[in-house]
Amino acid sequence: MGAESPGVVKENKLTIIACSGDLDRIWPTLILSTTAAASGMEASVFFTFWGLFALVKPGTRITGDNWMQKMLSVMNPGSPAKAKLSKLNFAGAGPFMMRKLAEDYKTPDPSALLEMAQDMGVRLIPCQMTMDLLGLQKDDLIDGLEEPIGAATALLEMNKASVSLFI
Amino acid sequence: MDTDTSTRTVDARNQSCPGPLVALHKALREAAAGDVLELLATDPGSKSDVPSWAEISGNELIETSVDAGVFRYLVRKKG
Repeated sequence: MGAESPGVVKENKLTIIACSGDLDRIWPTLILSTTAAASGMEASVFFTFWGLFALVKPGTRITGDNWMQKMLSVMNPGSPAKAKLSKLNFAGAGPFMMRKLAEDYKTPDPSALLEMAQDMGVRLIPCQMTMDLLGLQKDDLIDGLEEPIGAATALLEMNKASVSLFI
Repeated sequence: MDTDTSTRTVDARNQSCPGPLVALHKALREAAAGDVLELLATDPGSKSDVPSWAEISGNELIETSVDAGVFRYLVRKKG
C-alpha cells in the first residue's frame, strides 16, 4: 500500500497546527485561517502545547490543579492579548509596539482576529492531551470551540486538507 | 458591465489584510448567485489578493481599476 490513505479525499481545506503561543506565530495563523474561510475553504486550527494558551479566556489568571500546572500558567498568561514576541520582546515593549502599529495601520490585532475567525466559521480545536497535561478546563477557554481532539484526529484533519501547516 | 444585476458596494477602504476579503465574503453571503459586488480597498496587497481569492473561491473577478489610491474590484458571485 502506498502513502495515500485509503478512503481519504483531499478537500478544499486548510488545517493549521498552532503549536506556539508567540504573538508572531498566532498572528499569521489567524490571518491565514480567516482568509481561507473568506475564500470559501474549510479552515481548522488545532491548538496544542503553548498554542493552546491563545484560547484561554482573557480574564483567566491561574489555571491547573497542581502547583506545577499553576506555576506554568502564571509564567505563561493566556489569550492573544498576553502573547509575547519570539524575538524583540523586550519585556513587553515589542508586543506593545506591534499592537500600536497594527492599530495605526488598521490591521486587526490577534484578539480581534480571533473573534473574526470565529465569526467566519474557522473551526478552533483544542488538543485534549495539552488540556490534561497543563490542567486546562473547558471553562478556562473561550466559548465557541470545538470538542477537544487527539493526535490521530488532528492527523485526519491534515490528511483531508489540501493545505496543512505547522506554525 | 452587466446592468441587469444590482451592484452593491463593499467599502473596505483603510482596512488591511484580511479585512477587505472578510468584508467581501460577508457581503457575498447575503448576495444571490450572479450578483455583482463592487469592492473598494486601499490595501495595496489587495492587488494580488483579490485575484487569488477569486481563484480559490470560484467567484469571478470581472474588472479591476485604480483611482487616486483606491482600488476598485467588480466581483460576480458564483452560481
